[in-house]
Amino acid sequence: MAGMKDLARLVRELEDQMVVCMRCGMCQAVCPLYAETGREADVARGKLALLEGLSKEMFRDPKGVSERLHRCLLCGSCAANCPSGVKVLDIFLKARAILAGYMGLSPVKKLILRGMLANPSFFDKLTEWGARFQDLFTKPANEVLGTSCARFTSPLLGERHIKPLAPKPFHAQLPAMDTSPGGSGIKVAYFIGCLIDKIFPSVAHATLKVLRKHEVGVYFPDNQACCGIPAASSGDLTAFKKLVRHNLERFPLDRFDVLLTSCATCTSTIRKVWPVLFSEDGFPVRDRVRSLSEKTMDIHEFLIRRLGLNPPEATPGPHAVPVTYHDPCHLKKSLGVYEEPRRLLKSHAGLRLVEMTQPDWCCGLGGSFSLEHYDLSTRVGLRKRDMVAATGARILATGCPACMIQFHDRFSQAGDAVKIRHAIEIYAESLGP
Amino acid sequence: MTATHFLKALEEVVGKDNVFTDEADRAVYAYDAAVLDPVMPAAVVRPSTPEALGRVVGLCNENAVPITVRGAGTNLSGGTIPKAHGVVVLTNALNRILEINVEDLYAVVEPGVITAKFAAAVEARGLFYPPDPGSQAVSTLGGNVAENAGGLRGLKYGVTRDYVMGLEFFDVNGDVVKTGSRTVKCVTGYNLASLLVGSEGTLGVIYKIILKLIPQPQHRKSMMAVFDHVLGASQTVAAIIAEKIVPATLEFLDNFTIRAVESFSRAGLPTEAAALLLIEVDGHPAQVEEDAAKVEAICRKLGAQRLRVAETAQERDKVWEARRAALSALAKLKPTVVLEDATVPRSRIPEMVQAVQEIAAKYHLTIGTFGHAGDGNLHPTILTDRRNSEEWHRVEKAVEEIFDRALALGGTLSGEHGIGLAKAPFMEKETTRATLEYSRRIKRALDPKNILNPGKVIGEA
Repeated sequence: MAGMKDLARLVRELEDQMVVCMRCGMCQAVCPLYAETGREADVARGKLALLEGLSKEMFRDPKGVSERLHRCLLCGSCAANCPSGVKVLDIFLKARAILAGYMGLSPVKKLILRGMLANPSFFDKLTEWGARFQDLFTKPANEVLGTSCARFTSPLLGERHIKPLAPKPFHAQLPAMDTSPGGSGIKVAYFIGCLIDKIFPSVAHATLKVLRKHEVGVYFPDNQACCGIPAASSGDLTAFKKLVRHNLERFPLDRFDVLLTSCATCTSTIRKVWPVLFSEDGFPVRDRVRSLSEKTMDIHEFLIRRLGLNPPEATPGPHAVPVTYHDPCHLKKSLGVYEEPRRLLKSHAGLRLVEMTQPDWCCGLGGSFSLEHYDLSTRVGLRKRDMVAATGARILATGCPACMIQFHDRFSQAGDAVKIRHAIEIYAESLGP
Repeated sequence: MTATHFLKALEEVVGKDNVFTDEADRAVYAYDAAVLDPVMPAAVVRPSTPEALGRVVGLCNENAVPITVRGAGTNLSGGTIPKAHGVVVLTNALNRILEINVEDLYAVVEPGVITAKFAAAVEARGLFYPPDPGSQAVSTLGGNVAENAGGLRGLKYGVTRDYVMGLEFFDVNGDVVKTGSRTVKCVTGYNLASLLVGSEGTLGVIYKIILKLIPQPQHRKSMMAVFDHVLGASQTVAAIIAEKIVPATLEFLDNFTIRAVESFSRAGLPTEAAALLLIEVDGHPAQVEEDAAKVEAICRKLGAQRLRVAETAQERDKVWEARRAALSALAKLKPTVVLEDATVPRSRIPEMVQAVQEIAAKYHLTIGTFGHAGDGNLHPTILTDRRNSEEWHRVEKAVEEIFDRALALGGTLSGEHGIGLAKAPFMEKETTRATLEYSRRIKRALDPKNILNPGKVIGEA
C-alpha cells in the first residue's frame, strides 16, 4: 500500500477540476440522497471538500473519504444544476479509481467485476444457469409486474422484489443480425446492454421492430460485453478497460452510422464516461473510443433527431389509459433527452400522458449503489413511487432498464398495479403488428 | 466534563446518530460559500426538536464549547465557519412550517425550512413572501434571519428584517426567550427580534420564526433596457427612483456580465451593449401600466437604445433568465469567484459603477458587475484563481478599495451577505470604535463565555 502522500499527489491531479467548485451549495437543492439524509457528506459539495482535504493530507485514513465517495447515485443531478459547471461525475469516477487503486478492491467486487462481468461469454453462461434455477429460490410476488421475491432468507436478495431473469436472454433468441440500410439510408449498430439482454428482452424486440418499420439497417454483433459502468463506478479501471476494449472489437466503426442503445445508462456511459476514462490512453485506442462514443445515441433521440420522425400527437379518447413518464437521470441530466420520449408516447392513441410532480427526480437505483446501500436506495425510490401513485397512472414509462428494475421493486412491495414499460415498447405497439 | 463525557451528553440529548464525530463527517462542515480557509469543528450535532436544540446550547455553555449554528451553509461571509474545537449545530432537522395563516397574513416556521419551499407553500395559499436571496433554493429561513438576507425584490419589498414579526430563541443558557407577536402591532418589551436579525448567531439560537406575509401583486410587467453607455444606465436607475416610481426589481448588468451570460446561455442578449437594466413593476394593473410607461420614457430619455417589454409570461421569464444566469455565467470563467456586495445610496450608483471599473483597471483584475442597482446593492464579482498568490494579493487590495469607495459614497460594507469573519476587520471603518465596543459589551453581557459563534461580526469580543 502506497503512502498517504502518494494518494494526496494522485488526488491533486484532479485539482484543476475540483477547484472550480465555489462551495455555493446549490447541489443540495437537487441531490436525491441529500433530500433523504440532509448530510453534507452525501452531497457533491461535501464530497468535493473531502477530496480536497485528501489532497491536502487532512485525513489520517482515506477509508472514511472513500466510503462517503461511494455513497452517491452518480445521477448527475448536481452537475446538471451546478452554476460553476463542475464536472462532478468525471471527478468522482476518477477519484474512485484512484482510491480503489490505493486501497484495493474488496474480494467480492473483484470476483464480480473481474471474474464475471469482464468475461462476457462466461457472464452470459452464468446468467443462463441463473435463469434456469431461479425458480427454486424465488416465488412470485406481484402478478401485474411479474416480480419475484426470495423463497427463503437470502443474503443476496434480502427483501427485494426482483424482475426475474428472462427465461431466454435476447442473445440466445437472436444471436446476431446484419441488415442493409433500407429506405432510411441509415444503418445502426445495436448495443443491447446487460439488463435488456438478460431481464428485458422485450425492449430489444421492440427496438428492432421500430427500426424495421422505419427501414433502418441493423448491425447486431454477437458476444457483446457490458458497457462497463459497474466497473467504472467501483473504481475498477482494469475490468472497465477490458470491457470497453472487448466492445471496440465487436463494433468496427466502418460497419454502421450510429451506435444505438435503448438503455439510458449504456448510452450515457459510452458517450460520457468512456472518453473521460480513456483520455490518458495512447493512440489509437483513445481515438477509437472517442469515435465510437461520438457515434452513440439513445433510441428516442435517434428516431426524432436523426431519423427526423415527427409523430403526430394523438387526441386521447375517453378510455385512454393514463401513462406517466419517468426521466432517467442518464437521459435527461446527462444527455438532455426528455422531449423525444414524450413525443413518442403522445403519438399513441390509447394513452394519455400525465406528468408527475418531479419527473426527473432520480429513482434511487444507481446500479451498484442499490446493492451497497439498499436502505437509502429504497428511500429515494419510495419518494418516486409516491409521485407516480399521485398521478393515478396505470402505466409508468421510462427509457432505462435500470430504473425499471427499481420500479419493479418499489411498486411490487407497495402492492401497486402499475405496469412498467420502456417508452420504446409503447411506441412499437403504436406502430401495429 | 471531559471531551468524551461532553460528547456522550450530546448523544443523550439528540441520539447517537445525530452526533457526527468522524473526521470525514466533520470536515464537510468546516466551510461555507465564502472564500476563506476551512476550520474543522470537534463535533457536529443535529437536534430534531426545539427542546433538544435548547439543551444542546445549554450543554455547550456549561462546558464553554463554542457553537456555530448552520442552516444550508450558503453564506458568503464566513458566518458559518466554526471554531476549531467548537460544535456545529445543524438546523436542517428543524424544518417544519408550523402555520400559514391566511386570515392574519403571517406564518410560523422552524429555522431549517428552505426559503424557496416556504415561498412556494405561501404562494399556493395565494400569499407572497418576497425576500428571495439568490441561494433561496437551498438557503434556510433561520439563516436568512440570522444574516438578514436580501434578494432581487429588496427595492420595493425590503429584506428579511422587514418580514420578521417575532422570534423565539434560546439564550446562551438554553432558556427560552420570546419577542414580538402574531399581531401587526406589538410594543411588548425590548425589540429583541431586531437585535437578533442579522446578528449571525452571536446573540442567541433561534428555534421559531413568525414571518409577515403580504397579498400577491395582481399584475406584473417586465422589461429590458439596452444602453451603450454605463453612465446612462446608472443614471436611469437614479432617475426612476427620483421620479417616485418603485419597481419590484431593478437589476443592472455590465457588458462583461452580458457577454458572459450570452456565451453561456445564448439567451439572445445584445453583447455590444455597455449595460442592461432589467426592470419589473408590479401591483394594481392600472398603476403597473402607468409606471411601466413612465419607466420606458425615462429609459429612452437617458439614452436606452432599445427597450424590450415582455408581453407574455414566457417573455417575462426570458428577461429574468438572463439575470439568474449571471452568477453561473461568471463563475464558469475562472476557478475562484469573489462575490462582493458593497452597497451605496441609490443616487450614487453611477459613481459606484465608475469606481468599480477604475478599481478593476488599477489592479488588473477581471470584475463583472451586476446586481440590485435599484436598492444600491451591486455585486462586483471578481474572477480569479486563489492559487495564484500574487493575483490573490491584488484581489484583497481591490476588495478593500471597493469597501473604501462604497463607504466614501455614504454606503455600507454589506448589503445582504453579512459581515461574518470576512468583513469583521472592516467594521470599524464603517462605524466607530465606540460602536464596536458597545456591541461587544452587549455580547459579553449576553454570552459571558463567548460561545455563540465567536469571532463573527464584531471580531473577538
